[in-house]
Amino acid sequence: MKLFPVRGGIHPEYRKEGSSEKAIVALPLPRALYIPLQQHIGAPAEALVAAGDTVGKGQVIARAQGAVSAPQHAPTSGRVTAVTEIAAPHPSGLAQMTIVIEPDGQDAWADLPAPIADPFAADPQAIKDRVAQSGIVGMGGAAFPSAVKLNLGTQHELEILLINGAECEPYLTCDDRVMREHADEVIDGARIMAHALGAPRIVIGIESNKPQAIAAMTRAAAAVANVEVVGVPVQYPMGSERHLTQAITGRETPARKLTADIGVVVHNVATARAVHHAVRFGRPLISRVITVSGGAIAEPKNVEAPIGTLIFDLVVFCGGLKSEPKRLVNGGPMMGQPLPSLEVPVVKGTSGVLALTAAEANEHPTGPCIRCGTCITICPCGLSPVEMASYIRKDNLDGAQKIGVQDCVSCGSCSYVCPSHIPLVHFFNYAKGALAAQDRERRRSDRVKTLSEARTIRLEKAAEAKRAAMAARKAQSASTAAASTADDKASA
Amino acid sequence: MLIAVGSLTVMGVALGGILGVAARLLHVEEDPLEVELQGMLPGSQCGQCGFVGCSQYAAALAKHEAPVTACAPGGKAVAEALAKRLGISADLSEHEDQVPEYAVIDEDLCIGCMRCIQDCSVDAIVGANKQVHTVIAEVCHGCTKCFAICPTEAIHMCKVPVTLGNWHWAKPGAELH
Repeated sequence: MKLFPVRGGIHPEYRKEGSSEKAIVALPLPRALYIPLQQHIGAPAEALVAAGDTVGKGQVIARAQGAVSAPQHAPTSGRVTAVTEIAAPHPSGLAQMTIVIEPDGQDAWADLPAPIADPFAADPQAIKDRVAQSGIVGMGGAAFPSAVKLNLGTQHELEILLINGAECEPYLTCDDRVMREHADEVIDGARIMAHALGAPRIVIGIESNKPQAIAAMTRAAAAVANVEVVGVPVQYPMGSERHLTQAITGRETPARKLTADIGVVVHNVATARAVHHAVRFGRPLISRVITVSGGAIAEPKNVEAPIGTLIFDLVVFCGGLKSEPKRLVNGGPMMGQPLPSLEVPVVKGTSGVLALTAAEANEHPTGPCIRCGTCITICPCGLSPVEMASYIRKDNLDGAQKIGVQDCVSCGSCSYVCPSHIPLVHFFNYAKGALAAQDRERRRSDRVKTLSEARTIRLEKAAEAKRAAMAARKAQSASTAAASTADDKASA
Repeated sequence: MLIAVGSLTVMGVALGGILGVAARLLHVEEDPLEVELQGMLPGSQCGQCGFVGCSQYAAALAKHEAPVTACAPGGKAVAEALAKRLGISADLSEHEDQVPEYAVIDEDLCIGCMRCIQDCSVDAIVGANKQVHTVIAEVCHGCTKCFAICPTEAIHMCKVPVTLGNWHWAKPGAELH
């Protein structure tokens, strides 16, 4: 298959050997599971259980609220001990509502929805509904509700369902292992999703530094038509959906548009596997594979852990820390976020947990910009990082917006190559957050204006009605008075 | 020569006269800048800026007699928009620390007098006579009018909390060049 070039990008050391040859191992049930109500983009779920309730494995414990949301399920059977605020696996360390479950050790399934016997003959809507009720969200990290993404076929003419197995982040090997060990499940899930989307072709893109995964997937795909497995160049950020789409189709996604606008929908390999489980067995998304790695981890592993496991329990299962970590990262080293502590739960979007030593973190003090222009050369989005950063430094967010800061995908390539160690991507993350906050502010003041105008109109109407009633009463009393005078006159 | 000078003079006087009359007849009562500025303000007439309402504040702004930072419910976004329109640079440092607020009614103290409901410019308070009132937090824009009018001091202002939904990264340190 012909591949197309993608601009920019970097070639970091991959350092995947720590965990790439370790088969997926299941984590023994931890003592407690902490299931946050918001693990996805969109509205948080609404808790359906209270402290003291007993739950079965796979039971819905929180329901989706609104159009973009996802329900949460009990990862094992046990007793709900609390529904309370617990620190979220988020760089802010802020607390969020979380359901705490104490496993009873039985691991007994609750009543699950019936498997869809022949998904390819089923109505696409039935598959989308099943994906929605199974709480499946994008497992590559962004955690966008998958059912909403499966609906894109209704508004867009789709050509390709692209399954993203690029896994371009250093250290992470969870998708690699899922493809090697569960290739059939991934292919089946992908075919079900393509049926729901109405996409005629399936392409599975895997970076060519994963030859075993490519071999396993090619073997599994050989039996079915319309599925192609493609080895894509090893070039960070190939796993970004826009860049993978460009490499496969040669089409660039326009700014502020979706890949669906150019006929492609991208889903992660682990998401495809979760769809397979939901449709074929009725099992909701209650566990995921996580890479635990980094120089400070005693035995790096790929662990299949229930959602809600404390990261502390994961690290203990991997032999604990062998040295003091400089950085604890949620996700990969390029785009991952710092972990506030180890006492936060694994969520549906957690692909990796890294404990990096000082040598790996390789932090340096920031120097002045030497105008080398390397960041412009490597920016995979064709932006000018140095220029955007200077606007942002001077608080000129509008200027940065005009030259496209909102098209930045936060891949971090610019920060990686900067010889002066300027934290360029931090500036863009700040600017994107601040611009979103400004937008919220603006919408709020627009709403205040609408409401106060509506009130003024209402008050005027009420006053008008009062005046009219008063006038009517006056007219009536005048006419009664006139009538009575006339009567008086008549009687006289 | 004389005819040319004469005719141009006559034309000049006549056209000048027409312009002069038109300027008087078609005189615009309102300053268009004032109207535009008023459009940018929240329009809740809360009076926190020190003026009677939004239109008076807009008039003062148009004459550069009032600071752009005076609108409390509008917050930083409105102050920035005003400064941009007026072409001035405003000191927004005060707004950096100012967190938006919303009103909360203490149900034990509320006597159901309806005063706050009548005063609320965005209809954010629900309740009935002799019934406990409550504020719809998402609608309240923190103008503090109800806080001032409550006869039993049952209303207090709370800061809008930072949540996972509105948190964002801070600007990287000032020591960077």
